[in-house]
Amino acid sequence: MSLPVVGRPVVGRALTSTTVALAAAVVLSICVGSRMVPVGDVVHALLTASDPVHPIVDARVVRTVVAALVGAALALAGAGLQGLSRNPLADPGLLGINAGAATAVVIGISWFGLGSRSSFVVAALLGAAAAAVLVQLLATAGRQGATPAALVLAGAATTAVLTSVMTTVLLSDSETMDVFRYWSVGSVGGRSWGSVVAVLPLLVIGALVLLGRARTLNALAIGDDAARGLGGSLVRDRLLVGLGVVLLCGAATALAGPIAFVGLMVPHGLRMLGVVDYTVLLPASLLGGAALVLLADTLGRVLAPPTEVQVGVMTALVGVPVFVWVVRRGREVAL
Amino acid sequence: MSATTTSAEAVARVRLVRRRTARRGRLIVAVLTVVLLAAFAARVLLGDYLVTVPDLVRVLSGENLPGTSFVVLDSKLPRAVGAVLAGAAFGLGGALFQTVLRNPLASPDIIGIGAGASAAAVAAIVLFGVTGGWLAVWAVVGALGTGLAILLLAGPRSGARLVLIGVACSAALVSVVQYLFTRASLYDAQEGLLWITGSLNQAAWPGLGRLAVEVLVLVAATAALAPRLAAAELGADSAAGLGVPVRGVMPLLLVGVLLTALATAVTGPIAFVGLIAGPLSRRLNRDRVTLPGAALVGAVVVEISDYIGAYAVPETNLPVGVITGAVGAVVLIWLIARDPSRRRA
Repeated sequence: MSLPVVGRPVVGRALTSTTVALAAAVVLSICVGSRMVPVGDVVHALLTASDPVHPIVDARVVRTVVAALVGAALALAGAGLQGLSRNPLADPGLLGINAGAATAVVIGISWFGLGSRSSFVVAALLGAAAAAVLVQLLATAGRQGATPAALVLAGAATTAVLTSVMTTVLLSDSETMDVFRYWSVGSVGGRSWGSVVAVLPLLVIGALVLLGRARTLNALAIGDDAARGLGGSLVRDRLLVGLGVVLLCGAATALAGPIAFVGLMVPHGLRMLGVVDYTVLLPASLLGGAALVLLADTLGRVLAPPTEVQVGVMTALVGVPVFVWVVRRGREVAL
Repeated sequence: MSATTTSAEAVARVRLVRRRTARRGRLIVAVLTVVLLAAFAARVLLGDYLVTVPDLVRVLSGENLPGTSFVVLDSKLPRAVGAVLAGAAFGLGGALFQTVLRNPLASPDIIGIGAGASAAAVAAIVLFGVTGGWLAVWAVVGALGTGLAILLLAGPRSGARLVLIGVACSAALVSVVQYLFTRASLYDAQEGLLWITGSLNQAAWPGLGRLAVEVLVLVAATAALAPRLAAAELGADSAAGLGVPVRGVMPLLLVGVLLTALATAVTGPIAFVGLIAGPLSRRLNRDRVTLPGAALVGAVVVEISDYIGAYAVPETNLPVGVITGAVGAVVLIWLIARDPSRRRA
């Protein structure tokens, strides 16, 4: 990889533009929907319980917080995963981590009677961790080691097995299917503050772990040998990054259901802007991911009235062109 | 071989090797046919409801035996026939793609052609209430559209790139299907889930009759086009040198798409059959492509998987796609782990 000259302007531009995008997305998310709320009325409506639009604005504030948290977590996890596996195609959704979380949730609902979103968290985390380890092991089984393509395919294989397991449970249990079909599509609407509070500590810990490991990711980017030369325990650092990714993915998936492609799109968009330093890329991904999921959710609300297109569908539809672009831009990949 | 080999000896040797290869191919096809017949017989005769051979003959000759007639004619036989037809179609379609694109991972179910057919068919069911024969039309249009889009996006001559783009398109199409589920009633959604998993539960005679005709026509088309396949296997440049330009193999891909889409319209996309049939039959045939072998392996895999799905868990009738999905994932991992230097995957 040729390193472009990175100076303050690029860093400033990346952080400023993602912050501005996030602010705009928050305003849009609160104001836009089947019932439009003018910007000037928002504060009054929020503070006055008797205001006719109070319930609407209240619900949209929760929704905005959920979308921002989920987007930030997934984009940050994606950037971390790409750095960790030195794989431009890494995305928690494509690598089967989300499927692991989803399967664990289905089994939890059906066999252990989990009902609330906060109880999904433990199941989702365990599932995400198990799937992450499994995919990494499978991809390393090839003689060439964990190449980008091997990882994506190991992720596809793992997702397929897990889908089989999920289908088995869902077909024999229509109550679970009813809960699950709204969760599995990936949506940020209709969540309560309680479920946000339940996952918030995990998201914060995961984010702090990853943000603190930016230097590790920078070192890994120049190769294992060089990273070892720079000192520190590579194994410990890698495990920490992996832990952060699993915490973020598991918690975000527990909250919103599996959402793919955010972790892929945001870091690559930022790299297009010239950001390659992980100390900037990670916080910028966090902000940009929040903005992207907010915008996707807002667009999904107005795209097909009177129904909503869930955010998971929106990100997939926007994400494929980005994926195609990344694949086409790269050198010819060997499978 | 020593330098003193005369041309007559060389000719004799080549002839011997060719004859041996052809014999091996015929042997594989014969053995697989026997295995398929055995699996078919097991599916029809054994299980929760045992049917004796004399009873089966009497039912088939038109006699009406209370109970047995219904179980055989309305459940066991259509499922067994459906498994053969769909398995052969998926297996052959997959092998065509893998051979033409020269990549064992480039099967229609991995690169999203099955998902394209599913998305179109589920949209037709949920949004427009389409049933029966028109469903097949939707599935074909969805599959063709997806296939074309992926070929265009990946650009010419790019096996690996095509697979990656296909995997991503597949993921996006699956999320479209999931969105459609939330728009449907719970009953329709569960019905839809059964369908996109791939199941023989709904196999009924009118649909199977149509599929049988379609599969026969497409198998004949494959046989007619097979000489081009042998050239395409050598790569685009060699094929062009032998008089088969890149565009010349397009009809083969079209046949592959049609086989996959038409079978999908009847059974839903039975996961991974298209992926595993080609490599498994090839393995049996000493690493040489065998299209009849691929079709037979596909049929055997679906027949046995359906038997396992129907009786593995008591009181539960698992759709065949659940079983093939689990088996197929193992094969996919084997394909990834296999030494890549021997054949660029």
